[in-house]
Amino acid sequence: MDAFMLSRIQFGANISFHILFPTITIALGWVLLFFKLRFNATKDHKWMGAYRFWVKVFALSFAMGVVSGITMSFQFGTNWPGFMEAVGNIAGPLLAYEILTAFFLEAVFLGIMLFGFSRVPNWLHTTATFLVAFGTTMSAFWILVLNSWMHTPAGFEMRDGVAFATDWWAIIFNPSMPYRLTHMLLASGLTVAFLILGFSAFRWLIGDRRPDVRATFRTAAWMGALLIPAQIYMGDLHGLNTLEHQPQKVAAMEGNWDTKSNVPLLLFAIPDEEARENLYEVSVPNLASIILTHKADGVVQGLNDFVAEDGTALHPPVLPVFWSFRIMVGTGVAMLLLSWSALWFMRRGRGPGGVPKVMKIILVPMAFSGWVATLAGWYTTEIGRQPWLVQGVLTTEQAVADVPAPMVATSLTAYLLVYVFLLTAYIGVLFYLARKAADTDNSDDRKPTPAPKGAKAIPAE
Amino acid sequence: MMELFGNPAHWLPLTFAMLMGLSILVYVVLDGFDLGVGVLFPFADDAEKDRMVASIGPFWDANETWLVLAIGILLVAFPTAHGVILTALYLPVAIMLIGLILRGVAFEFRVKAPAHHKHLWDKAFFAGSLMTALAQGFMLGKYIMGLDGGFGTWIFAMITAVFLAVGYSFIGACWIILKTDSVLQTKAVNWAKGGIWGLIIGLIAVSLATPWVSPRIFDKWFTFPEFFLLLPLPLMSSVLIALLWYALRHLPTRNDSWAWFPFAASVVLFMLAFFGMAYSFYPYVVPDQLTIYEAASAPESLFIILIGSVFVLPMIAGYTVLSYTIFRGKATELRYD
Repeated sequence: MDAFMLSRIQFGANISFHILFPTITIALGWVLLFFKLRFNATKDHKWMGAYRFWVKVFALSFAMGVVSGITMSFQFGTNWPGFMEAVGNIAGPLLAYEILTAFFLEAVFLGIMLFGFSRVPNWLHTTATFLVAFGTTMSAFWILVLNSWMHTPAGFEMRDGVAFATDWWAIIFNPSMPYRLTHMLLASGLTVAFLILGFSAFRWLIGDRRPDVRATFRTAAWMGALLIPAQIYMGDLHGLNTLEHQPQKVAAMEGNWDTKSNVPLLLFAIPDEEARENLYEVSVPNLASIILTHKADGVVQGLNDFVAEDGTALHPPVLPVFWSFRIMVGTGVAMLLLSWSALWFMRRGRGPGGVPKVMKIILVPMAFSGWVATLAGWYTTEIGRQPWLVQGVLTTEQAVADVPAPMVATSLTAYLLVYVFLLTAYIGVLFYLARKAADTDNSDDRKPTPAPKGAKAIPAE
Repeated sequence: MMELFGNPAHWLPLTFAMLMGLSILVYVVLDGFDLGVGVLFPFADDAEKDRMVASIGPFWDANETWLVLAIGILLVAFPTAHGVILTALYLPVAIMLIGLILRGVAFEFRVKAPAHHKHLWDKAFFAGSLMTALAQGFMLGKYIMGLDGGFGTWIFAMITAVFLAVGYSFIGACWIILKTDSVLQTKAVNWAKGGIWGLIIGLIAVSLATPWVSPRIFDKWFTFPEFFLLLPLPLMSSVLIALLWYALRHLPTRNDSWAWFPFAASVVLFMLAFFGMAYSFYPYVVPDQLTIYEAASAPESLFIILIGSVFVLPMIAGYTVLSYTIFRGKATELRYD
């Protein structure tokens, strides 16, 4: 394999690993603030119990996010120098604002949020929790501004192959930014909802039925049930925005080769790029036209419109985009069914006890369903932008560094080994923490004292 | 408004070079001590390890953010240089990043993973800290030698790698002297006594090699009247080292007075060394190849970053001070409640 392909795989591996953790921390920060505010308002210690358990998950996820994020900022230089050379005047200030307004804020106040509970007044601790949540969200804002600009660049002009900013407002509020940002923030919310739901179900299944487990189960089920319809609606808007600006990506998502009306929605197919057709199609007539144009006979552009005179494809590789999209949507449907039926089973005060055991067992692996959907969604949009790095401005191949392939292969192998090891350790520790929390002796639920003494003695650096 | 301070193509790159220099300096001092604490890990017993981690726990994450800022400024203000430097340092960068990943997560895992895994995460913490320190020292050496790929450069870079790691462990030991007491503090004084050698030899090696490699830098130092104007730098460093030497022989004192001195003195020492290097390399960002003016981004883009920095950097300084104030005094067990 050449250095170009290896560099792409390396960047893809790094960013895939990285995004798992911000996806958790962005929304979990706000959920922790919610727990803290509920505690401040009700003085009910179940909320502090919930806070204490999930703040550990937050700290661990945050550390994973920080260290894997540092890797990204170096790889721009080590593997993709052409990116900053061509669009550095745009990307630079956006990244700088992310570091200045988000990274320091979250990093400094995280220390106070984690270890300051007994050292600072309660209001300052609550404020620190808020600022950490705010910082993670700001970070997401800036990075999604830049990413959206790479899909729908605006507010710039090219001079001698270098982009110069002409209108910062247009750069920041570029056409796809509001959709992409909302889509990602909702994805983060759903990831956290199912993470909390899954681990609350796990603790319930191993016999831990304390008020804090009930509270987190209920909170997470509501959170998932409320966010998933919003996400489906947002996803639809985002798709229509993509159709307007990157029709070739939507064509690949739908596996639609020819421009035509009455496009069917493919439930299953194996797109074959050599033959430029789909194998084993299973489809619903007219549905893709209805979704994309809101008319059964709406005309949708096909992939064959994006082929150069000499036959080179100017559209993304079809198979990975087609299937990533289906995995994302499929996971979303599972989230919809599960969260709504969980609410149904909990109706009229039945609580988590009303949810059948088999459903709780299903919820445990669903704890990571947000990861699956988020990664699949990112693969859809990022692979869907190929062969461009910045749509219409810079191809991915133009940006790659002239580093020898064996060197990239070496670093890639090292990163992959570290990532597999850390991911295993991370998931293992989450289950260990849940089991440990469940084992901690706390037979009297109504006792107003906070966490049991065993849990208090855990040093938590 | 950009013309306020003269030609923007001149003062903006200079301002950003100074900001980048400041970030690197703050990074080297702040992450220097917490990397150093990691490098000293094998010399401590289990309870001492917990206390050492407690002394850096609330800070390490923000400390590393200065590295992101420094590399961020290089990336956004001098994009061409960013590409040249980082592709030349490809493998040490990869090693450093893996080191940073390992030690960063080990902080969390060592207290959250099952107890029988703790010693493994302690090893990861040590290994990650050492890898990071060595890789940074190697990059420093290679940068001083002009990013050249010869065998001599490689030898020199290996030497700076070892000495930077020793230098970090020295400032780490000074931090532990400041933040702890009793047996661990006494131990840390001994670590600092052992580490000061490395610091001295490292400083001398870099001071000699830099002018020796580049005639341009030689001329900057050894001409009249610059020589006399710059003389305070080596003189002050020598005085500080002598004072440190004296202080370490008399620490710890009975009422814990002067425990702050080694750390403060080594911070000043790092600053002096850094100032000397900055003087040597200015105006180049890639030694003898690319100046900050040639490598700079468009003034319009630099200016918009500067506006943000003017407002945000004082805030960052403010809440960093807040954090160090909240967690001042001797390190105690870190707890979430």
